[in-house]
Amino acid sequence: MGVHGATSRWRPVDVVGPVAVFAAFIGLWYLVREVLMSPSRRFLVPPPHRVVNESFLTWSHLRPMLDGLWATTRVALTGLAIAIVLGVGLAVLMSQARWLERALLPYVVALQAVPVLAFVPLIGALFDFDGRARVVVVVMVALFPVVSTTLHGLLSVDPAHHDLFTLQGASRWTRLRKLMLPAALPSMFTGFRIAAALAVVGAVVGDLFFRQGEPGIGRLIDVYRSRLFMERMYGAVVLAALLGIVVFALFGALAQRAVGHWHGTPR
Amino acid sequence: MTALVCRGASLADVLRVDAVSVRYPDGTAALADVSLRVGAGEIVAVVGPSGCGKSTLLRVVAGLLAPSEGTVRVERAGLGYVFQDATLLPWRTVRANVALLAELQGLDAAERRRRVDDALALVDLAGFEDAYPRQLSGGMRMRVSLARALTLSPSLFLLDEPFGALDELTRERLQDELLGLWSARRFAALLVTHSVHEAVFLSSRVLVMSPRPGAVVGEVEVPYPFPRHPELRYEAGLAERAGAVSELLRAGRAGPS
Repeated sequence: MGVHGATSRWRPVDVVGPVAVFAAFIGLWYLVREVLMSPSRRFLVPPPHRVVNESFLTWSHLRPMLDGLWATTRVALTGLAIAIVLGVGLAVLMSQARWLERALLPYVVALQAVPVLAFVPLIGALFDFDGRARVVVVVMVALFPVVSTTLHGLLSVDPAHHDLFTLQGASRWTRLRKLMLPAALPSMFTGFRIAAALAVVGAVVGDLFFRQGEPGIGRLIDVYRSRLFMERMYGAVVLAALLGIVVFALFGALAQRAVGHWHGTPR
Repeated sequence: MTALVCRGASLADVLRVDAVSVRYPDGTAALADVSLRVGAGEIVAVVGPSGCGKSTLLRVVAGLLAPSEGTVRVERAGLGYVFQDATLLPWRTVRANVALLAELQGLDAAERRRRVDDALALVDLAGFEDAYPRQLSGGMRMRVSLARALTLSPSLFLLDEPFGALDELTRERLQDELLGLWSARRFAALLVTHSVHEAVFLSSRVLVMSPRPGAVVGEVEVPYPFPRHPELRYEAGLAERAGAVSELLRAGRAGPS
């Protein structure tokens, strides 16, 4: 079984669409550089073919980027895993009693509303600016979508289904395990995908804030910028973007495997 | 003292509702002084305008809602509740859905299997055991729902407009199938419906309710023997009973009783 599951039949437009948008994007890049920018500033935006040459076709340049990407991936996935476990746990807790929801939800929302930047001194003080600090940033940005979608899924169960379980005298635990959690799965996976994309952002940003430990792609971007290696800087940005797309697609495929057989086609 | 009277009278009754009223916290009255009884193996229909509290009545009988006044006597362990929608769990196959209630009751795997097989054999679902609800038609989903209730061998079925969402042809077929199930299991049933014809065709007594707050304003006997055959639908006598029910409905709407 392929990663695509149900979407095995490809129509021409499925290929033509992305290719056309990609071509338009590259065209726009050239247009901005060659037509809109003053010649004296053009060095800030290298043309796409030079980015490809300098970043992806030069092994001595690509090598550290791939190392950085790998470090960022590990930070993002570790943080994401923690955010999912913690987030689902919190949502389950909140779904069990109204007062728990009222007590906990404001803090989860606050976490989302305040820019991570504001927490940097606190995180630094607690985690000594080492590798763990970056993971903490990832958890902070990825937690909210997990909690909110899971809680929404758990609380959106059809009341008639609840009646069905009430009539059989089902316990709280049985109700959670056999009704609420399965019903919430599609919604949860939507949250996991959003969280996955945000986790990559968090890992890159965290890397910029906390400059200790193994360098990730975020720190490389900053290094290339300060040394005016613009080709490599944009190359690193493209790699970070690709990482986000891959993680997002991975969770889409996971959702398809987990709930695709009974719940429409999550995309 | 009322308990003594009731015990004497209810030997053959599987359900006795005495002077039940339901008022919601905001003050609206849903049911007003409803009394009824259902004998063992008897099918009783309840018809009334929408919003008259028919479903509320079933919820009170099932214990999902406590009455504000009055008493309900029923063996709750022997209840089979069939909801308006099939209320199947979409992530479970047909077989796993039918097994749900037995599973929640904590029956062991072998016993569960036996009951599920029995129930599936009674409804026409052969070849669909591994299908998911979204792959089924409305009529088939309702069959799964009936099969699920049958696994607990209920002595009393509570049917809440079970065929209301189905097209006419499917509805008639399922009515016939319900009568077939009755012949096989001889359960009692309290059937809530908004279809006068369905009520007279399926039941031996039709209770007519007034608009909110719902009260029983009349009763029509339908003295045709069970098992009933599809052709009974077109008997003049049945049409006459349906006419009597309609008249009571109109009278109930015209003024308070």
